Amino acid sequence: MVALKDVRKSFGPLEVLKGVSLSVMKGEVACIIGPSGSGKSTLIRCINALTPIDSGSIKVEGQEVNTPDLDKLTLRRKVGIIFQQYNLFPHKTALQNIMMAPIQVLKQDRQEVESRARNLLKRVGLEGKESGYPGELSGGQQQRVAIARSLAMNPDVMLFDEVTAALDPETVKEVLVTIKELARDGMTCIIVTHEMAFARELADQVYFTDKGVIVEHGRPDAFFSNPQDPRSRQFLNRIL
Amino acid sequence: MGEIESFFVWLNEAHGINLSIFYDAFDRSRLLRGALTTISLSCICLVLSIAIGIAGAWLQGSRVRLVRNVVQVYIQFFRNTPPLVQLFFFYFALGSILPMVQDTHGADVPLISNFGWAVISFSFFAGAFNVEIFRAGIEAVPRTTVEAAEALGYSRLKAYIWIILPLAFRVCLPALNNNLVNLVKTTTLAYAIGVPELFYAAAQIWSEVLNVQEMMNVLLVAFVAIVGAVVWLVARVERLLRIPGYHA
Ligand SMILES: Nc1ncnc2c1ncn2[C@@H]1O[C@H](COP(=O)(O)OP(=O)(O)OP(=O)(O)O)[C@@H](O)[C@H]1O
Ligand SMILES: [Mg+2]
Repeated sequence: MVALKDVRKSFGPLEVLKGVSLSVMKGEVACIIGPSGSGKSTLIRCINALTPIDSGSIKVEGQEVNTPDLDKLTLRRKVGIIFQQYNLFPHKTALQNIMMAPIQVLKQDRQEVESRARNLLKRVGLEGKESGYPGELSGGQQQRVAIARSLAMNPDVMLFDEVTAALDPETVKEVLVTIKELARDGMTCIIVTHEMAFARELADQVYFTDKGVIVEHGRPDAFFSNPQDPRSRQFLNRIL
Repeated sequence: MGEIESFFVWLNEAHGINLSIFYDAFDRSRLLRGALTTISLSCICLVLSIAIGIAGAWLQGSRVRLVRNVVQVYIQFFRNTPPLVQLFFFYFALGSILPMVQDTHGADVPLISNFGWAVISFSFFAGAFNVEIFRAGIEAVPRTTVEAAEALGYSRLKAYIWIILPLAFRVCLPALNNNLVNLVKTTTLAYAIGVPELFYAAAQIWSEVLNVQEMMNVLLVAFVAIVGAVVWLVARVERLLRIPGYHA
């Protein structure tokens, strides 16, 4: 489904990804953890070509991302991304935020899109918030609208970049629940997170990154109970 | 003769305050036509200058350096030269090299009328400022919001139309307001190429009726009203576009 091979990326003199390889199967949940600055966000943003890479290969359902004649629209239909800061469109209501891209980008029928958008809002537990503007919603609610907005494009893969990092503890849970439901419904997810319990419960594979390389990866129980690499061990000791 | 008319005739005879526009039908229609010309000139230039601002700000973000440079030269030219000089440049320099065309009666007339040149000149003048104003608004739109649009498959143009511009527009309304007020006032320069706008009409009246002082006051009041209408309109638009819970 998603396969990265020897991906390298530098920002000027700073090499942020030093040959990263990973592969995620359809329906799998991969969690990426690691210290700040280790390149997690960069890695995830490469997958939908928000950040172009220097070398290596990224394949999403067989489509090569690292090529000059990339069809970005097709790629972005397939790959949804949720950011730490929600990034809703502030001038549109929750419902409109969800409906915009399917109508304006995919040129789908407005009525069909609207009924789907209403269902999505229900699915993320926000029935009744249709006409609320992002500025009137809490962080957790905004993040769930963002998830619904992304789902409205019918993606095959969802990328989550520390989507609960800006939330207060009570609202973290509601967002995590939404993601869990998605994963259980069979959505392929790549999740950057600092929520270890969440990763442990949900992940099929855990990847630990440090300084631009994947130091270790494996099943969550094995990884969390018995990390092999000293760097992962040290990281887990520090935060658990 | 109605009451109003006789009052102003009396005012002239008794106190020497000669507001001929209130009792002389010809003067009144001249002035009203002038006001109408000023208003239509302002409205057309307003719309065109905003369109130029929107298009220019878009082109400024172009990947092609030549395009960006052309926009930059345009802005510098119109910002750093007096609008009267620009108007003369268009009217005399460009107007004289354009071919004449025949009107419906078979007479030779210029391809672009005086009014047309005023529209072109003032639209480009105000447009140059609008490009900068919109650019500032666009820069105020968070990079992350644009990125979210990109991630949803928006092309650069679609993101500009549906997300960047609506947000930028709200941010730049106060600056836009100033520039549009300035534009309305600048339209009086059209007098210099004989466009019968408000100032031109007033000048015609006072040179015949010899009531410069009175007409000056009329002129000032008229502009206060027209500019006031523009300010009111922008304030209305601002209210209409206000986003609940959002502070730009
Ligand atoms: N656009 C950019 N230009 C220059 N440097 C960048 C850019 N984006 C990221 N970096 C640098 O790349 C490194 C990795 O950044 P990245 O955001 O991928 O880390 P991260 O693992 O997501 O960290 P965090 O946990 O704090 O979010 C950092 O040192 C960062 O400063
Ligand atoms: Mg990050």
